[in-house]
Amino acid sequence: MDNLRFLFAAYAAVWALLFVYIVVLSRRNRALEKEIEELRELLQRRARQ
Amino acid sequence: MSTRRQSIDLVLGPLTGLVMLLAIFMVFVYVPSDRVQGIIQRIFYFHVPLALMTFAAFGLVAVASALFLWRGSRTWDRLAHSSAEVGMLFCTLVLVTGPIWARPVWGTWWTWDARLTTTLILWLIYAAYLMMRSVSGPGDQGARYAAVLGIVGAVDIPIINRSVYWWRTIHPAVLITREGGSGLSDPRMQATFGVCFLAFLLVFLWLLLVRNDSARLRDAVEELRQQALMQASS
Repeated sequence: MDNLRFLFAAYAAVWALLFVYIVVLSRRNRALEKEIEELRELLQRRARQ
Repeated sequence: MSTRRQSIDLVLGPLTGLVMLLAIFMVFVYVPSDRVQGIIQRIFYFHVPLALMTFAAFGLVAVASALFLWRGSRTWDRLAHSSAEVGMLFCTLVLVTGPIWARPVWGTWWTWDARLTTTLILWLIYAAYLMMRSVSGPGDQGARYAAVLGIVGAVDIPIINRSVYWWRTIHPAVLITREGGSGLSDPRMQATFGVCFLAFLLVFLWLLLVRNDSARLRDAVEELRQQALMQASS
C-alpha cells in the first residue's frame, strides 16, 4: 500500500503538466486572436485616413 | 475563433475527455493488480502510451520537416514545430512517470540504463530543436536548420526501441507475457492498455490540432504586422 503514493504522484504529475499546457495553449491562442483583431482594426483605420 | 477550431473543440475535446475518464476508471477500478509488481504496475497504463505518442510526435516532426525542406510549404513547418512541442510534453511525462515507477521497483529514481539514457538524449535533441525555433525568429532560415535537426533527431527513436535488445538493460522489454507473472497477461489488462492508448492518441491529436492552430494564428499576426509596417512607411 506504500506504493499507492508513488502511483498517485505519477498520475498527479501527468494531469498537472497536461492541465498547465492546455491553459498555456488556450491563453496563447486568445492573445493571438486579440492581436489579430487589433492589427486588422489598425489597418482599417489607416486605410480610411 | 475559426470554424475549424470550434469543431475541434466541440468534437475532439469532449470525446477525449470521455475516453480519458473511461481510462481512469479502468486503471483504478477495473484492472487487476500485477502479481509481481502489485499496484505500482498501473503506472504503465499511462507511461507506455505516453512513450508511444512521444515516438509518434517526433516521427511526425521528421516527416513534416522532410516535406517542408522538399516543398518549402509553411504548412509542413507549422506541423513539425507543433508536433515537436507536444512531443516534448509527452517525452517529459515519460521521463517523470518512469522514475516514479522505478523508485519502488528498482530502488532508485534513475540509472544510466540504455533505454533511459537514449530517451533522455531524445528529450535533449528536441529541446535543442525548440530552442533553435524560439531564437531563430519568423524567417525561413532558422526553420530549415531546425528541420534538419528534427529529421536527424528521429534516428534516436528506433535506437530507443531496440536498446533493450542491443544492450544489457534492466528496463522491461516485453509488454505482454503469455506465461503469467509480470506483464499484461490478463485480458482485462490488455483492454485497459488499449483504452489508455486510445485516450492518449486522442489527447495527442487534440493538442496537436490546437497547437497547430496557434502556429497558424502566429503566422497571421506576422503577416498583418508586415502589412502595418508597409502601410506606415508608404
